[in-house]
Amino acid sequence: MNNEIYIHIDKISKSYGNVLALDSVSLDIGKNELFGFIGPDGAGKTSLFRILTTLILPNSGSATIAGYDVVKDYKILRHNLGYMPGKFSLYQDLSVEENLKFFASVFGSNIKENYYLIESIYSHLEPFKKRRAAQLSGGMKQKLALCCALIHKPDLLVLDEPTTGVDAVSRYEFWIMLKKLRDNGITIIVSTPYMDEASLCDRVALIQNGKIMTVDSPQGIVDSFNYKLYAAKSNYKSDLITLLENDTRIRSAFAFGETIHITLMDEAISIEVIESDLKNILPDLTIFRTNPNIEDCFLQIGSGDGK
Amino acid sequence: MENRQKIIEVTNLVKRFGDFVANDNLTFDVYEGEVFGFLGANGAGKTTAMRILCGLLHPTSGKILVAGWDAATHPEDIKKNIGYMSQKFSLYEDMTVIENIRFYGGIYGLSRTEVKSKIKEMIEKVGIGGLENKLIRELPIGWKQKLAFAVAIFHDPKIVFLDEPTGGVDPFTRRQFWGMIYDAAKSGITVFVTTHYMDEAEYCDRVSIMDNGKIVALDTPANLKKQFAVASMNDVFIKIVRPELL
Amino acid sequence: MKRMMGFIMKEILHIVRDYRTIIIVFALPTIQILLFGLVVSMDIKNIHVGVMDNSKDDVTRAIVQKIAATERFKISEVLYSSEDIDRAFKEGNINCAIIFENNFARKLKNEKKAEIGLILDGSEPNTANLTANYTMSIVRKYQEENIPIDLKITQVKPQILMHYNPQLKSAYMFVPGVIALILLMICVLMTSVSITREKEFGSMEVLLVSPLRPIQIILGKVAPYLFLSIIDVVIILLMSYFIFDLPMKGSIVLLLLESCLFITLALSLGIFISTIATNMQQAMFISLIGLLMPSMILSGFMIPIENMPDIYHYISLIMPSRWFIVIIKNIMIKGAGFWAVQVETYVLLGMTIFFIALSAKRFKIRLD
Repeated sequence: MNNEIYIHIDKISKSYGNVLALDSVSLDIGKNELFGFIGPDGAGKTSLFRILTTLILPNSGSATIAGYDVVKDYKILRHNLGYMPGKFSLYQDLSVEENLKFFASVFGSNIKENYYLIESIYSHLEPFKKRRAAQLSGGMKQKLALCCALIHKPDLLVLDEPTTGVDAVSRYEFWIMLKKLRDNGITIIVSTPYMDEASLCDRVALIQNGKIMTVDSPQGIVDSFNYKLYAAKSNYKSDLITLLENDTRIRSAFAFGETIHITLMDEAISIEVIESDLKNILPDLTIFRTNPNIEDCFLQIGSGDGK
Repeated sequence: MENRQKIIEVTNLVKRFGDFVANDNLTFDVYEGEVFGFLGANGAGKTTAMRILCGLLHPTSGKILVAGWDAATHPEDIKKNIGYMSQKFSLYEDMTVIENIRFYGGIYGLSRTEVKSKIKEMIEKVGIGGLENKLIRELPIGWKQKLAFAVAIFHDPKIVFLDEPTGGVDPFTRRQFWGMIYDAAKSGITVFVTTHYMDEAEYCDRVSIMDNGKIVALDTPANLKKQFAVASMNDVFIKIVRPELL
Repeated sequence: MKRMMGFIMKEILHIVRDYRTIIIVFALPTIQILLFGLVVSMDIKNIHVGVMDNSKDDVTRAIVQKIAATERFKISEVLYSSEDIDRAFKEGNINCAIIFENNFARKLKNEKKAEIGLILDGSEPNTANLTANYTMSIVRKYQEENIPIDLKITQVKPQILMHYNPQLKSAYMFVPGVIALILLMICVLMTSVSITREKEFGSMEVLLVSPLRPIQIILGKVAPYLFLSIIDVVIILLMSYFIFDLPMKGSIVLLLLESCLFITLALSLGIFISTIATNMQQAMFISLIGLLMPSMILSGFMIPIENMPDIYHYISLIMPSRWFIVIIKNIMIKGAGFWAVQVETYVLLGMTIFFIALSAKRFKIRLD
């Protein structure tokens, strides 16, 4: 990170009853970064976001945004944040236009003032501007929510799982919009369970079970994958997985679409030997070297529920 | 694959809501024991079509046979032969694991003894030994979804419909879930699944993509990638639905 | 059949695990029985009587004594003129006035008939009727016991005059109660539901993380209902005046001001409930069962408070609508001015301040 620190999070912990949602989380986010929190449901993303947007208090630790404390200076921060929580997608019985007007007015702004920010997004919505929000498709709702969060030109945009339940195309478009916004000078923090979206961020924090596992640029995370990664392919996918899982030479075997990504227990072992061994059972098997992606890294450093 | 039995036959399915055509002349078949991926953009008409196949919604016109029953005239018989699970709702949060299993077992007409013996099997498979008496809301989401799937196939249905079953689940558990799907398919249950994870599309035997109420692609993932000259199902999807992005 | 059994079992589990449903299923009938069984008595009690004895002879004194001896009646005042009677009614000191004409005993002896005048508070028609009947039965009893058989043709004829409600219209009873009920419904129920709806749908989060201060959110929520309620009050008053012939003896301005006070109180109750409830269902439940229903029964709307067992008198003191109904009745039907209803007004004012303060304290600026 090469710009000034904009958000400073220092050992934040949060519990609900005896469930520990956040476990001493610390990290820094720079001005004008497009920063992503990648992790499954229950990882703590929403809790962290709610603390940063001053909606809930941490049990311990502190955080500042642009130097303002999230606990003490909540009034100031609430003027300059744009926040869209996960499950809420605006007032269902108001139209697209009415929703936008409302959010603009709440922040003492109007649609004209910052229209340039939302123009490219709103152009998709314009033909539907009189339609009730309830009748929009999932992707449209997300776009409208984004416009409403932006309309007052916040310094910091906080988006909690804005792409959940949205199809691949709409997600892709959404991230293009986010990048443009970052280019316009807005700092953006986003949470998402989709690992492939991590590569679209400037920097990323992998989070699971209330802990941050790593913080780095997407490339940095991939570079830190410390095993050689191979891809195994065969038409008999489920048989292949069983074979690999039971082979003691193989450290990990995870399905990734068409192929199975494997790492070896001992890098000294020759992959060709393994390949020819397994080919006796599955003749159409091929194994080749491949590059890891964020999900490979997540699987390596993270764990499944209850493990 | 073509010499397998057809378990779902859809011919010219049309569903209209007033003027709006949600499903526009859909025609496709699903074979017994297949893992069939049903993809599409939001608002493309996937949910509507799935509801019709499950006997939850009446088609406007067309011939739809699910597990041998006509969806327009015998929706109740369809329901007896299928399982269903969605991301939004799986199990009752204020009941325990065992209570949920017993309940669904009862709904589908399993006897007490059948339920008892299968419970043991299921708990082992899902791996939640020791947590049988926990309330569902106390379980982490990954286990909830795996359990929900196990319950959906508890009564050995011919087809199980899964509506975005792995939303928000961690990557490790997602793979375990798909392991369970493969096991179910091997034992003869047809799996009809919708998902927004494009890598999961690769796990399916065949995939259909809907756009604007119509089916615009239907083939194996390998053939689709060849046809559209791209490397991943993600790119296939984008190329079909919004080619200008690529 | 087995399927249904399984389903029934599931429903039972849901019910047992949700304490709210248990409350509704068991507490509700209990409350209803207590309220309706004990409260509703078609009997009269504690009737305050004013006596104007123009004769002051032993017959009249004997009758008065008999009346005083009954539990139901209480001699509150001795009256000396019709202005006195008017005043006593207006101030709410008496429900009923008994007037003996002069030379009562002598007229009875010589002319074989004498007149007793009964003036009753017609704004409570049921009570008025019962009071009249009961008084007459006391007088008749006196007649039977004291007048020799052969003089039974003498009669004490009652002249019954329904004060304030000469035609004994039941609208007098209902309209004030209806105004209170409608205001409670709009202000308490709708406000609490509206605020908790934001909480339930998650939009409250977004509003909190905005320059809007919590007080602005509340006022914004409440303002439309304030406006609507005032319009409603005007509509009801117009209808009752023109369609039901209800009088408007007192000052309309005073009535509207008191209504605004009550509306403010109801709104603050609605806000208070929204700080307790976490979702719309709870808000509705608390508003309806916790407030509206007891209000209807214990506020004197359908059943006069005097007729209830003592304990309910005390409970009714905390019902805002009880005080408001008294105010409306006095202003509309008796033409009372501010001084006559000042006690009730102060009570309402106190309640309003209390609930506003309580809500302000409880309204969370955070989600925690």
